[in-house]
Amino acid sequence: MAPVDAAGGWAPAHAIATAVTSGKISALDVTNAALARIATYDGKLNSFTDVVAERARARAGEIDSAVAAKRNPGPLAGVPFAVKNLFDVKGLPTRAGSKINRRREPAPRDATLVERMEAAGAVLVGALNMGEYAYDFTGENVHDGPSRNPHDLTRMTGGSSGGSGGAVAGGLVPISLGSDTNGSIRVPSSFCGLFGLKPTYGRLSRARSFPFVASFDHLGPLARSPLDLALAYDAMQGHDPEDAACVDRPLEPVTPLLGQDTSGLRFAVADGYFSKNLFPEAKEAVALVARALGITRRVEIPEATRARAAAYVISTCEGASLHLDRLRKQPEEFDAAVRDRLMAGAMVPAPLVDRAQKFRRWYRAQVLELFKSVDVIIAPATPCVAPKLGQATFVLDGVELPVRANIGIHTQPISFIGLPVAVAPIPLDPMPIGVQIIAAPWREDIALRVALTLERLGTAAAPMPERPEQ
Amino acid sequence: MTSSDPLYDYIDAVSRALGLRIEDAWKPAVRANLEVSLRLARQFDEFPLPDEIEPASVYRV
Repeated sequence: MAPVDAAGGWAPAHAIATAVTSGKISALDVTNAALARIATYDGKLNSFTDVVAERARARAGEIDSAVAAKRNPGPLAGVPFAVKNLFDVKGLPTRAGSKINRRREPAPRDATLVERMEAAGAVLVGALNMGEYAYDFTGENVHDGPSRNPHDLTRMTGGSSGGSGGAVAGGLVPISLGSDTNGSIRVPSSFCGLFGLKPTYGRLSRARSFPFVASFDHLGPLARSPLDLALAYDAMQGHDPEDAACVDRPLEPVTPLLGQDTSGLRFAVADGYFSKNLFPEAKEAVALVARALGITRRVEIPEATRARAAAYVISTCEGASLHLDRLRKQPEEFDAAVRDRLMAGAMVPAPLVDRAQKFRRWYRAQVLELFKSVDVIIAPATPCVAPKLGQATFVLDGVELPVRANIGIHTQPISFIGLPVAVAPIPLDPMPIGVQIIAAPWREDIALRVALTLERLGTAAAPMPERPEQ
Repeated sequence: MTSSDPLYDYIDAVSRALGLRIEDAWKPAVRANLEVSLRLARQFDEFPLPDEIEPASVYRV
């Protein structure tokens, strides 16, 4: 066999799959290399909570057998991947970042998206750290310790899919899966310098993943290239009757469309709400993207402030409802900060939640109207680069605010109505920061095409950090 | 701590109704979070909407 994963862990998924399919590398060697990287470097990154080495080697062996027998091993042949630990992994309790859930029975079956990734040839190597019950934007976890940003181990990965960001940005695996309720794929993509995709609400099945806010929960991939995102996204598409929100649409593969010219698209930069509460680096990232794409138009997404407020209230109330029994019986076992937010959520008067959902209907109609005259809206993904671990506050537009609740202020008004978003990482020095590429519902293809354009222009790239010292 | 503050009284009443046990040490943080939610809720509560508008969470058979 040829040298294993010659790029030392930085090889993109599409290159690995091509090499495995052609027999240049064995899936088992690629898997063993990923397991070795995890063993060597994850002590510092703290991105994994579970490693399924035996399972991974068995699956890799199946891929190698398929290649030897001249059967198609799939578009992700031999690609190692890992999932936020709210995805069911057969044989593991689905901890969802909590202490309480790790006493659950081991999951009897993988989550739908894990099954679909493996059906496409990918190899699951483990489950990833996350903020407790996904109610988090930092990637910190009081039970398992914080996920650490591979670009600066003293900084946050962002969350709640913190390990999903750290594992890919740290070169342990080329693809991870995360969840995004209010920004939990987009925030770690921004802080860790990755491409990330939050698909349209209802596009990808959430079956056998631990929920947070049913109205807003999405699942999706993080990777170091748009092509890898597209391959993973295509592998996971398809209706699933086991998720009540999953829409029965035909498959709409984006990989074949990815290279299409984007110059005919109508672009705009989000103004108003999205131009405020930004550190200089966030403004610089949006300006670089606007310059690269030749964008001069600016649009205002109407009433985004109220949209963020409604998303906040629905989240806290639906989250409280989900956890009400655990709050009654085991309040001491929660992260205190999560518990206190959820208990407060249980006390919001019901008419306010209904009014938030009615506002959501109104806001959706306004934004869909906007998309009649624009194809792509560019907006910041986070107000700043990754804050220091443990940092409690930051100053936005002269006002000192809690970090934990405000990192997602630019992502929440978008996931509130389920729009598809690709995050493109802008490799500023010393820390990267992401920009949201927002498209109309069901147009993930457009968001990913623009991400690829930005990569080709050299504006967006997933920077490779130094390996942590051992 | 709880007698002169309507929001603390409200928290005590609702926690009893829901069967939630809130330790005294937790109440200031619960109150602070509830206050944020209620302040944010005012932003959409005050926004006029037509009576006929459906919530986004419409159920379809």
